[in-house]
Amino acid sequence: MPKLFSGAEIVFKSLEDQNVEFIFGYPGGAVLPIYDELKNHKSIKHILARHEQGAGHAAEGYARSSGKPGVLLVTSGPGATNAVTALTDAYMDSVPLVCISGQVPTHLIGTDAFQECDTTGITRPCTKHNWLVKDVNDLANIMHKAFKIATTGRPGPVLIDIPKDIQFNKGIYKIKKIKSSQKINGSQFNKINSKDLDKFIEMMKSSSKPIFYTGGGVINSGPKASKLLRELVSLTGFPITSTLQGLGSYPGEDPQFLGMLGMHGTYEANNAMHDCDLMVNIGARFDDRITGKIDEFSPKSKKIHIDIDPSSIGKNVNVDLAITSDVSELLEKLIIRFKEKNKNFIHSNKQKTSKWWAQIEKWREKKSLNFVNSSKTIKPQHAVQRLYELTKDQDTFITTEVGQHQMWAAQHYKFNKPNRWMTSGGLGTMGYGLPAAIGVQIAHPKKLVVDIAGEASILMNMQEMSTAVQYRLPIKIFILNNGYMGMVRQWQELLHDKNYSESYTEALPDFVKLAEAYGAIGIRAKTPNELDDKIKEMINSDKPVIFDCVVDKQENCYPMIPSGKPHNHMLLGPEDEKDVSDEGKTLV
Amino acid sequence: MTKSKSAYSEPTKLGKEDHHIIVVWVDNEAGVLARVIGLFSGRGYNIESLAVAEIDKTKHLSRITIVTKGTPQVIQQIKLQLGKLVPVHKVADFLRNDPNILFRELALFKLSGSSVKLNKAKKLCKKYNCIVLDKTKKSLVIQITALRREIDKLTAVLKPLGLISASRTGAVAMTRGKETFIQN
Repeated sequence: MPKLFSGAEIVFKSLEDQNVEFIFGYPGGAVLPIYDELKNHKSIKHILARHEQGAGHAAEGYARSSGKPGVLLVTSGPGATNAVTALTDAYMDSVPLVCISGQVPTHLIGTDAFQECDTTGITRPCTKHNWLVKDVNDLANIMHKAFKIATTGRPGPVLIDIPKDIQFNKGIYKIKKIKSSQKINGSQFNKINSKDLDKFIEMMKSSSKPIFYTGGGVINSGPKASKLLRELVSLTGFPITSTLQGLGSYPGEDPQFLGMLGMHGTYEANNAMHDCDLMVNIGARFDDRITGKIDEFSPKSKKIHIDIDPSSIGKNVNVDLAITSDVSELLEKLIIRFKEKNKNFIHSNKQKTSKWWAQIEKWREKKSLNFVNSSKTIKPQHAVQRLYELTKDQDTFITTEVGQHQMWAAQHYKFNKPNRWMTSGGLGTMGYGLPAAIGVQIAHPKKLVVDIAGEASILMNMQEMSTAVQYRLPIKIFILNNGYMGMVRQWQELLHDKNYSESYTEALPDFVKLAEAYGAIGIRAKTPNELDDKIKEMINSDKPVIFDCVVDKQENCYPMIPSGKPHNHMLLGPEDEKDVSDEGKTLV
Repeated sequence: MTKSKSAYSEPTKLGKEDHHIIVVWVDNEAGVLARVIGLFSGRGYNIESLAVAEIDKTKHLSRITIVTKGTPQVIQQIKLQLGKLVPVHKVADFLRNDPNILFRELALFKLSGSSVKLNKAKKLCKKYNCIVLDKTKKSLVIQITALRREIDKLTAVLKPLGLISASRTGAVAMTRGKETFIQN
């Protein structure tokens, strides 16, 4: 007779066997047996959030900065529905999350019981897979399969819904081994064949206007992928640009790096994407914020696409060579093969790409990230630049909310390592940054973690300050406060005849007092003169800090490709604003 | 906002749409149909008809047959997205006019009327493997198996002959010859 364990015990045994150290959660009626069991498992620490969405984003921040899956524990009904935004966010940005939710007892399912909702039904489209556990003897297998699915192939969230009676019931803890060859989530790994590699190399060799376009897939593939990417870029001498999610996989200050591309990308990156004759997409998905008008997207180029998700290939843009693979696995093989036959490639190729580089330098001269600085008001771009200069000597982790500040952070903060940049790109979730910073700080207790925020976004999950204070997490909330929902205001200014409908927050809290009310430190900077000192004060504090950086109210985020325009139609500054078409106005 | 033109929702290059039969082999577990159907509705794909039943009791395998319409790019996405679902074993895709594929739909017709009309109706159904399942003096329940367009046509013809109720399955499909579909 094998030993029997309660469902709650099986949950923790599985978490222990998966080497889980932290779970982020919020208790409630339907999940109490699991919370009851927590005290018996000292290796697992529970981080109590103030809202399930906050717990979810914290788990995301933990996962993205550590490379390990984030674990989330919530109760039934509102606990589960509050977690939906975080699950969807993780689904869009390929973040491995395992969400355990309580459910009403099996016999009450379907009776509209107290705090009952169809959790698996609601979360079906925003998870890679989910389970409603009906038999406690299945629980161990489901738990381990959940981790496997969340972390393999294109990572993403999964959810296990456990009715309360299953948490009490006794069952066996036995795990069926998952065969490594078994298909999980469509990611049957293509064996990379040498024919594809040769074609890849041939395309690189015959190109005179090449560009690497890299994305979050490089980060998700692990630190090794970033190393290999750097090697490939230096072997070829090609220019490289990165999506929002890929920042950090290649050093931000390297001369071969053209900066971020896309709607608020640099002039040189977008023009190079438009005019190139070879585009090598490594771990990016031709998102609409990247491509702009799809019919006019990089019309003259041959395209190579490497993605671990077979359904990403050919979804938005047809390519000439597609390889379904993990990034490091492919780059490793590619580099070996490339080196074998092309020892002096970079020298022999210099001539061929010299005109291309000259053109890129011309685009660079536009200095598209420039802005008119002021000695009276703090320009938001200036604030981010100062933050970067004052924090670049230490290993700093940056999270953001969503909006103008997010784009300024992406443009002006330079990343040199992967997993240092956590931002909500796919779903664009305001309120992501503060809880994400909590998760990052949990994973990296001694490191500096800064959430670059806007005053509107930060209020969406402000309650999590209380979590930061409880666990003595010295996160820094750096608010670029312009009093507006800046990105909304920018669109209204450019596209909706300056009708600033509901984009101004009349009654903002005093963020300094708010910080103090939470038991954190509040700092305010109002003029450029005091900015550096105040930032240093923030960095040197060992407590959580809310930094209220009062910035220019009118500043807009440039450069910008208005929706519906191709890459070579960028607005570089206010003088270009009249260029927006009616068609562009209909797009977000 | 003056115009409602959008570069996203109105692609300028719209490919030709074709009818396809998508066959999906899945684990017969709770919620599996919802996953498949939810994928179609969530991503805006069409479902023209649907047939599903367990085909292997010991392995708990079900076979879902979906008739859909889309551009080659959309059909390709449907297949790849379906392939990502955990309970999906394999996905096959056939063009509806592929001569190597057999399709059948089953329909039940209830007719009520004079015996002259009922006899006429029976005659019309004859070439579609017609079986009379129930018969009274004033009514008939007929089962036929045929292609969708044949059933469509027949329904129209039977209306004036006293058709009062029709029930149809979705299409099911099978390849000709001894080969079965193997996922590559």
